[in-house]
Amino acid sequence: MPERVISFAQAIAEAVEGIMEEDPRLQLIGARFTGHTKSARVMDPIMERYADRISWPPISEIAYCGIAIGAAITGVRSVVEMSTATFSYEAIPQIVNEAAIVHANSDGRVCAPVVFHVLYGIRGAGAAQHSGSPQGWYWSAPGLQVAMPATPADMKGLLRYAALRSSGPTVLLDHQRLMEGFGPVPEGPFEIPFGQASVEREGDDATIVAASIQVQRALEAADVLYRDHGIAVEVVNLRTLQPLDHATIARSVKKTGRVVVTDESPEDAGVASVLAGIVASEMFDSLRAPVKRVGVLPVPVPYAKTMEDFVTPRVERIVAAAREVVGR
Amino acid sequence: MTSNERAATLLRGMLRIRRLEEKLIHLAEDKTLIRAHYHLYVGQEAAGTGACSALRRDDLVFTTHRNHGHVIAKGGDPFRVIAEIIGRRDGYLGGRGGTFHVAAPEIGIPHTSAIVGGSLPIAAGTAWAAKLGRSDRVTVVFFGDGVMEEGVFYETLNIAQLWRLPILFYMENNSVTPEERPGRGSPTSSHAAKALSDIPRAFGIDTTILDGTRVDRVARAVGGLVARLRAGEGPLFVESRTTRWPGNYGSFPRLPGGDTEIGWAWDQAAPVEEVREWHAKSDPILLWARECERAGTLSRDAIVTIDREVREEIEKAAAAALASPPPDPRAVLENAYA
Repeated sequence: MPERVISFAQAIAEAVEGIMEEDPRLQLIGARFTGHTKSARVMDPIMERYADRISWPPISEIAYCGIAIGAAITGVRSVVEMSTATFSYEAIPQIVNEAAIVHANSDGRVCAPVVFHVLYGIRGAGAAQHSGSPQGWYWSAPGLQVAMPATPADMKGLLRYAALRSSGPTVLLDHQRLMEGFGPVPEGPFEIPFGQASVEREGDDATIVAASIQVQRALEAADVLYRDHGIAVEVVNLRTLQPLDHATIARSVKKTGRVVVTDESPEDAGVASVLAGIVASEMFDSLRAPVKRVGVLPVPVPYAKTMEDFVTPRVERIVAAAREVVGR
Repeated sequence: MTSNERAATLLRGMLRIRRLEEKLIHLAEDKTLIRAHYHLYVGQEAAGTGACSALRRDDLVFTTHRNHGHVIAKGGDPFRVIAEIIGRRDGYLGGRGGTFHVAAPEIGIPHTSAIVGGSLPIAAGTAWAAKLGRSDRVTVVFFGDGVMEEGVFYETLNIAQLWRLPILFYMENNSVTPEERPGRGSPTSSHAAKALSDIPRAFGIDTTILDGTRVDRVARAVGGLVARLRAGEGPLFVESRTTRWPGNYGSFPRLPGGDTEIGWAWDQAAPVEEVREWHAKSDPILLWARECERAGTLSRDAIVTIDREVREEIEKAAAAALASPPPDPRAVLENAYA
C-alpha cells in the first residue's frame, strides 16, 4: 500500500480533529496553530465544527494559561494555542511557576495536563521579538514536558499523546517553517509516547542530534555530506527534550564516536549546550572527537535577511560542523 | 442549625485558626521546625471562617501564602496542616510545600500558589471547568489587596466577567483602620485607586464591601453570594476589611501580650497596652464572643469551654505533627513529572 503523504499543517489539522473527536470534554483556547502561513486555512473546518469548544480569549496570556491549568486540575483538558512563542513569555509565571509544580507540590495527587502550543524560532522577518526559541527555558523547568516535532507524523502522534494520554503539562513547540513540509502520515489515530527518539537516517561516520526544524536541516546536510564529502551521518530526531531519550543517542554515539548537536535556540546555554553536556558526560568513552554545537548565534535575532540568515543554524553550518568532527 | 449551635460553630472555627497559629509562633522559636518567614491569619479569622461556612465540601477554594486559616476553615485537619508547615511526612503535601503552599486536595483546595496573584487565573479555570460541566460547584479565591497591584488580576477579572464564571473573588484588605472599615474608600499607599472596590465595578462585576471582622455578617453575605453564583450570576467580588493585628507586621510574627485570653472579651482592660485597642475594636474572635454573650446565644461558661476544647485539640494535633517523621529525601525524586 503506498504511503500517504500530507503536509505538516494538514497533520496538525488531523491531529486536532482526532483529539477533539475522541475526548468530548477537551477544549481549545485559540485554534489557529499554523501561524501566518499559506496553510492557515487548514483549520477552518475544525474551527467551524467545534466552535462551541473553542474559546477566543482576550490578549491575556497569563490569565488564559492559568485558566487552562485550573480547568485541567479539575478534569477538563485543554490545548492552548498561543501562536508566536514569545507571547508565552507573558505567561511564564503560570507555565513555569504553577503548571510545572502542581504535580510534585501535591505529592503526586494533583495533575495539570495542559498542552501549551507555540510557534518558535526564526520564521523569517520576525526580528527580535517574534523569533524567540524558549525550548531551553521550558526544559529547565522541572515538571514541564517539552515536545518538538520534526515531521508531520511526529506532530500528529505527539499532539495526540500530549492532549489525551499524558498526565502532565506539555509545551509543544512547532516551527512555522515546517508547515509546508510533507511527509508520510498514517491515517487514523496513533500516538507517539514521549521520550522515544527516532533515527531518521543511518550512517557510520558521525551523529547529528536534533529536534524540530533542525532535523530537516540535518537531513539536507546529510545529503550534502554524502554527495560532496563521502561522509555518512546518522540523524537522531529527539521528538521530545523532556523526557529525553538518552539510550537512542548513546547507541548512535557508540557507533559513530563523533557528534554534532544542533538546535534553533541560542548556542550558549541553549538546547545544543545541554545536549553537548549530556553527550560529553554520559558518553565520553564513545567519543573520538570533541562535540560540536550548532545553534542560533547569541544575539537578538535581526530583521535584515542577510543578518537573519547569518545567525540561523543553517544547513551549511551543520555541514561544516560535521566535517570538523569527522576531520575531512 | 440553631442560633446557639451556629454561634458555637463559628466561634470554634475561628478559635481553631487562632490557637493553631499561636502554636506556630511558639514552634517557630525552634528554627529547625519553621525554617523561614511565614504569614499568619490572626485577625482575619472571621473572613475565612464565615466565607467557608457557606460552602459545600466539593466547592473549590484557592488561597495564598497566608493560607493556614483558609485550609482550616475549609475543613482541614490541624494535625496535617501543622505537619505540613513543619515539613513532616504526614503533612497534606508530604512536607513538600511548607507554610507557603499548604493545600488539601481532598477538601477542595487543590493547589496553593504563594506568588502574589498566582492563584487567581487557576481559580478562574476551576470555575470555567465547573461551568463547562454544568456543575453548580463554585470557586472562591481569597487574596490580599496587594494582588490588585498585579497585572494578572486585571486579565483574570476581565475573562471571568466576559465568560460569566461562577467564581467569588474574595479580596481581604487587612490594612484598614477600625474607623475606615464601614467607609467607601480603601486607601493603600501603593494603589492609585481611591477605593479598590471601584475597580471590579469598572468591569461590571457586582461588588460587596464587608466588615471582615464580623463572622456572622460575612457568613450571611457570602451565603447569599454563593447562592447567586450557583444560579449562574457570577463572577462576584467582595472587599473584606480587617485591621491588622499588631503581631503581624514584618515577616516574622510575634505575640505581643502573649496568647489570646478568651476572658479579654469581657475584661477589655486586661491585654497589654500595645494590643488593647486592637483586641477591643478589631479582634474578630473577641468581637464574636462578646456579641454571642450579649445576644444570649453563648454563655461565658460555654465560650470558655469551647476555647479549652480547641486548645486541647490543637495541642494534640501539634504533638502528633511533631511525632511525624521527616520525609524520606529520596521520595522527592518521585512525582516531578506526571
